[in-house]
Amino acid sequence: MSPADLSAESSSPADAAASAPLLRVRGLQKSFGTNRVLESVDLTVGRGRVLALIGPSGSGKTTILRCLNGLELPDGGTIEVAAAADTAGRSASGAMTIDFTRKASPKQLGALRDRSAMVFQHYNLFPHKTVLQNVIEGPVVVQRRPVAEVTAEALALLERVGLTAKRDSYPFELSGGQQQRVGIVRALALRPQLLLFDEPTSALDPELVGDVLRLIKELADEGWSMVIVTHELEFAREVAHEIAFVDGGTIVEHGDPKQLLRHPQHERTRQFLHRLLNPF
Amino acid sequence: MIQPDWDLFFSSFWPLLDGALRGTIPLALTSFAIGLALALVLALMRLSAKRWLAGIARVYISIVRGTPLLVQLFVIFYGLPSIGVTIDPWPSAVVAFSINVGGYAAEVIRAAILSVPKGQWEAAYMIGMSRSRALTRIILPQAARVSVPPLSNTFISLVKDTSLASLILVTELFREAQQVAAFSQEFMLLYLEAALIYWVICLVLSTGQGFLEKRLDRYVAR
Repeated sequence: MSPADLSAESSSPADAAASAPLLRVRGLQKSFGTNRVLESVDLTVGRGRVLALIGPSGSGKTTILRCLNGLELPDGGTIEVAAAADTAGRSASGAMTIDFTRKASPKQLGALRDRSAMVFQHYNLFPHKTVLQNVIEGPVVVQRRPVAEVTAEALALLERVGLTAKRDSYPFELSGGQQQRVGIVRALALRPQLLLFDEPTSALDPELVGDVLRLIKELADEGWSMVIVTHELEFAREVAHEIAFVDGGTIVEHGDPKQLLRHPQHERTRQFLHRLLNPF
Repeated sequence: MIQPDWDLFFSSFWPLLDGALRGTIPLALTSFAIGLALALVLALMRLSAKRWLAGIARVYISIVRGTPLLVQLFVIFYGLPSIGVTIDPWPSAVVAFSINVGGYAAEVIRAAILSVPKGQWEAAYMIGMSRSRALTRIILPQAARVSVPPLSNTFISLVKDTSLASLILVTELFREAQQVAAFSQEFMLLYLEAALIYWVICLVLSTGQGFLEKRLDRYVAR
C-alpha cells in the first residue's frame, strides 16, 4: 500500500497545493525549564521526501521530531502545515500556519498531529491489546472508520510485514523486531501524510535491526514522506534524500546525504562523524 | 473444660448469616462501589495540573486518612442531627464508608496510573486520542492490573470495618451477634462465630482476587 493509494493526494483537485511541502518549520524554539533544547530550527519536509536527522545525544533531534507531532509544544517559531485531502475517516483541512509564540489552539494541534504518525524507539505498543487491536485502535476508535474495512487493511499490512500469524498475540509474546514492525504498521494504518521515526532500531538487538531498516527503506521507495532520527549513518545515506546534522539545538548543516557525510562543511559535523566512524 | 453449646451455635447461625447477607455484604459492596468512583475522581484531581483541584483532593485524603473511621461514623450519624441533618443508620453507614474508601483508594489509583509508562500516553496521543480517551482506553486498563492487590486489601478491610456500623444501629452481622450474646450470655461462642463468618467472607474475597489477578495478567510476560 503506497501513500498515493491511501491518502489520494495526487488526485486532489488542488494540484498546486500538492506540490507545496508537507511541513515548513521556521525558528522553532523549545526549553525545558531553564534548559534551552531547541535554539532555532528551520526545516522543510517535502512530499515523498525522506529527511534524516543525525547528531549527538542531547542535541535536540528527538525533540524536533516530537514537536512535529505535537508531543512537545514548542515555545516559539512556526510550523506551516499543508492542506490535507479528504480521506476516509478524516476530514479535509486547509493549509495553516501554527504560531507557537502564541498559544496554539487544540484544533491546530489536532490538525498537526493528524498529519503524521510516529514510530517510537521503545515501540510503545499497548500491552493489553493484541497485535491486531493495536493496529486498528486509532482508525476505529479515533477516526471512526468501519471496523471491517480497517481490519482488512490492517491484516494486509500485517501480512506485508510477515506478522499475520501474530495477529492475536500480545506484544510481550513478540521479539523486539516484531514489535517494531507492528509499531510501523500501527503508524501506517492511521493513513498519515508523514511518518516520523524516533531512533526506530536503537532498542533492538543487532541481528534484528536489518528487518526493520529494510521495511523502512521499502516504504521510502514507495514514496512515503518521512523524518527519521537515527544513528545508522549507512542507513541514512541509503534512504534519505536529505540529512540534517543537529547539534546544540540547531541544524548545523543539511544537504545531500553523500555530500554531507563525505564532505561535512562544519567542524562540529566533522568531529561527530569522525567519532562515529572511529569508535576506538 | 467448657463444653461449647452446639445447639446455640447452630440456632444462632441463621440470624448471623442473615445479618451478613442483608447487612455486612450489601453495605460493603455499595460503599466500595461508590467509594471507588469517588477515588477515581480524587486520583484524577490529584494528578491534575490545576493546583487548586490537586489541593482539594490532598486535603480530603489527609482528613479521611487522619481521622478514625468510628469518629467519622459518629459525626455523620450522631453529630449531623444537631445541625439539622438527620440521616438513617443505613445511609449514614454507606456515606461514611464510601467517603473512607474514597480517601484510601484514591492514593492506590493515583499510584497505579503513575505506574503506567509515559510512552503509553504518548502512543495514545500519537494515534489521535484525547486525554480522557487515552485514560479510559489505554491507561486505566493497565492501571487496573496494578491496583487489584492493594484495592483488594481496601475491600477486605472495609468488610471487617462494617462491623463498626453496629454502633450506629445498623443491623448487620456483628450487631446480630451482640444481640444473641446479650440474650444467651454466651459471649465467647457468639463472638467467635461472628469472627468465623467474617473470615469465610474474606477467604472468598481473596480467592476472587486471585482469579481477577490471573485474568488481568494474561498480557504480561511471566
